[in-house]
Amino acid sequence: MTEDISALWVTLRLALVSTSILLLLGMPLAWWLVRTGSRLRTVVESLVALPLVLPPTVLGFYLLIALGPDGIIGGLTDHGLAFSFTGLVIGSVLYSLPFVVQPLQNAFSAVSPLILEAAGTLRASALDRFFSIVLPLSRPGLITAATLGFAHTVGEFGVVLMIGGNIPGKTQVLSIAIYDHVEALEYGRAHWLSGGLLLFSFLILFLVYRQNGRRE
Amino acid sequence: MLLAVSVSAAAETVHVAVASNFTGALRLLAQSFEKSGAHQVRISAASTGKLYAQIRHGAPYDLFLAADRARPERLEQEGLAVAGSRFTYALGRLVFWAPGREFEGAANVLLARPDVRRIAIANPRTAPYGLAARQTLEAIGLWQRLQGRLVRGENIGQTFQFIASGAAQMGFVALAQLPEESPRPGYRWLVQPEFYRPIRQQAVLLRRGADNAAAAAFLAYLRSGEARRLIAGQGYGLEDDE
Repeated sequence: MTEDISALWVTLRLALVSTSILLLLGMPLAWWLVRTGSRLRTVVESLVALPLVLPPTVLGFYLLIALGPDGIIGGLTDHGLAFSFTGLVIGSVLYSLPFVVQPLQNAFSAVSPLILEAAGTLRASALDRFFSIVLPLSRPGLITAATLGFAHTVGEFGVVLMIGGNIPGKTQVLSIAIYDHVEALEYGRAHWLSGGLLLFSFLILFLVYRQNGRRE
Repeated sequence: MLLAVSVSAAAETVHVAVASNFTGALRLLAQSFEKSGAHQVRISAASTGKLYAQIRHGAPYDLFLAADRARPERLEQEGLAVAGSRFTYALGRLVFWAPGREFEGAANVLLARPDVRRIAIANPRTAPYGLAARQTLEAIGLWQRLQGRLVRGENIGQTFQFIASGAAQMGFVALAQLPEESPRPGYRWLVQPEFYRPIRQQAVLLRRGADNAAAAAFLAYLRSGEARRLIAGQGYGLEDDE
């Protein structure tokens, strides 16, 4: 039971940290995707959407190699990042990227350029325009992006299974704990955690849809 | 069982559910079995726990080659397997493997080295080879000390992958994963059988395959001298009294 609670704690921490990083990265990225005329746009858009298509095992497999002590990312650190919480955060950010960037992109593209031009003529700086016009107008999209990023990280399984190493208190998340219980034939404990996760996921989605429904 | 073989004239297919660690060996066995008769073998591989759950929920398998004794035994008790058909087809052998060139010396010295950050074992709760690794570490008095450095693969295949990719520096895998014909570099220690309780990999005929001639024939083949030589050649031990 204490192991289940520490799995819950690791999961929440992972989802919070990943969502914060995803929003910080996703906002400029989505804004750039909406405004740019660069040819690179389609390339970047495709890269961002890749985790929607790829099986998590592919991403997990490459991450395991990249995060290992001799990998391109892990090599930068002393001992590599595989089997560490930091490694999980990197994996989650990559894996949940489209779930955050795409709603932001939709929201940003709905902001009329005319309003921004008008603000520009009133000498509002680009940053000022972003924070005082774009962000408030995109609030529903922002909430959707944050919730989906959070929920998707909570529900993540394949990538964590590949790079986590199942260390209680460090990299053992809820989905892995459930998987362990099922494999060990402890269906009772699996039911508790699974039921809880089901309820939680439904609640989150329900709240998001209700929020968005109200605005229309 | 021999009776069943001689009665069967028509070619049938036996659908075998096999624990991942034995998949390679089963492919070889199936090849030679198919050559010698008309029957066909179809293979589905997964972890023993997953296959057990699938069988309980009506998966269409005739024969179950598990990585332990517990799951076939349970199926027998639950009436999902044919009583009396259960036997040990192979004994799993645990090996300690450290692929790095810099690793020399006894396993207990290597394991205790402070620069060894990650040691991979299969999850002792769910994987028989993981349990054997835990028993070995307990026997050499390192289990408590290594807690912070152990990473656990969900099955022995993933544990092997952790080490082969370099993400973990060393660990415990199945001997069957380190074939002699394609040598992998590094230090290895074939753990003495005294250090862990035997990994009895048991087979059982499932209720669905009770009247399947191919299933009966393949079960008989598994006990044959030829099959036993093949199994031993793949890095498994054999039970003498079979």
